[in-house]
Amino acid sequence: MTELMDWQAFALSLRLATVTTAILLAIAVPLAALLVLGRSRWLAALEALATLPMVLPPTVLGFFLLVLLGPRTAVGRGITALLGHPLAFSFNGLVVGSVIYSLPFAVQPLVAGFASVDTALVDAARLLGAGPVRLVTSILVPLARRSLLAAIVLSFLHTIGEFGVVLMLGGDIPGSTRTLSIVLYNQVENFDYAAANRTAAILLGMSVIALALIYSQAQGRLSGTGSKHSA
Amino acid sequence: MLEFSLHARRGSFQLQVECAFSSDWTVVFGPSGSGKSTLLRLLAGLDRPTRGRIALDKRTLADTAISLHLAPGRRHTALVAQQPALFPHLSVAANVAYGLRSLDRAARAARVEEMLALAGATNLAARRPQDLSGGEAQRVALARALAPAPRLLLLDEPFSALDGVASDALLERLQLWLKENQVQAVMATHDVTDALAMGAEVLFLREGRLTALGPAAQVLAAERERLTVRLQHRSD
Repeated sequence: MTELMDWQAFALSLRLATVTTAILLAIAVPLAALLVLGRSRWLAALEALATLPMVLPPTVLGFFLLVLLGPRTAVGRGITALLGHPLAFSFNGLVVGSVIYSLPFAVQPLVAGFASVDTALVDAARLLGAGPVRLVTSILVPLARRSLLAAIVLSFLHTIGEFGVVLMLGGDIPGSTRTLSIVLYNQVENFDYAAANRTAAILLGMSVIALALIYSQAQGRLSGTGSKHSA
Repeated sequence: MLEFSLHARRGSFQLQVECAFSSDWTVVFGPSGSGKSTLLRLLAGLDRPTRGRIALDKRTLADTAISLHLAPGRRHTALVAQQPALFPHLSVAANVAYGLRSLDRAARAARVEEMLALAGATNLAARRPQDLSGGEAQRVALARALAPAPRLLLLDEPFSALDGVASDALLERLQLWLKENQVQAVMATHDVTDALAMGAEVLFLREGRLTALGPAAQVLAAERERLTVRLQHRSD
């Protein structure tokens, strides 16, 4: 008889999703602001690069990262020398993979949200002396807070549910790289459908709750209870 | 003294103006699409000219020859447009205080109060922008623009939502305040009566070119004649 629930994998998945989401926000907010406010012609290429993980098969991305972070490349050897251990098959390696894999799910909602802010408000803030940081923190983020929420929820859920990158880059090490998705895969492989049902139900429940949260916010906007973007 | 020599292209439209004036109040007059708003945006630093130079009181704000383009917030220039663009998530008082970060809390509060009083909007301090009428929002936008003490005030048909009496009273107060504080103002309008009423120096723009610069009565003589004829036709 298996345990009712692999709490270790559950906790690891939550930890991975939380750390990944926090790092993603730190990257995605300035990146989205740059994509919306910037003038360089290279920004289209940057946006395409940030969106690439969305269309790349997860196993392909996982394989590339495995090779890049492995001992055969200068990057991999440099990281190993710096950390004292390779990034592949470690929790930190999973974080790197998850950040790259979920990047478009954080950037795209923020780009859409920032782009919807009235440019007259951005101009007004710039005229009043707001630099890029203040512009983002005092105008773009508060006015695109629903997009921020969507970015947080999508990044978190996408990381919780990822499988291909995790398996390729982290393998299946209990307490270190075994996430709920890996547990579910193992349960199915062992024909333990009762346990697989429970694991899948947890993943499904988390997704439904999070999406309900996003759509309840969207409902507020449609019924006119949300804030306007310009006055 | 404001000096500029600007060339800018927006799609098929081209603006090419060269001008210098030191009067307290200058009106940029021209029909819709003549380039008034484009000119003000270039002076404010919100858009970049294709080539040219802008200097305010001998301080160069932009010069394409040396790739200089001061950020809008570093030009000591304010722009009040027809659309007030108040920050909807902030109160009126917080909107006016937005450009006053360098002041301490007490000085900031005093400045906000002073500017709201000047704009006739003291009673609006605690309100949200979405609860204001168009005219009230324009008053607050003016107070917000003046709060950081600009050297140059650019007005792009800023009081279109105010009725004539309120607009005249506000303009009178504003002109007095600008004179006391030695702030140069440039106001864009397509309304010949507004331009004449100011009695100021007028810069006449047509299809992106400067066609005349001088006293309102002189530059707008033909426009005044046309307006008089139109009014006579209507009364007949």
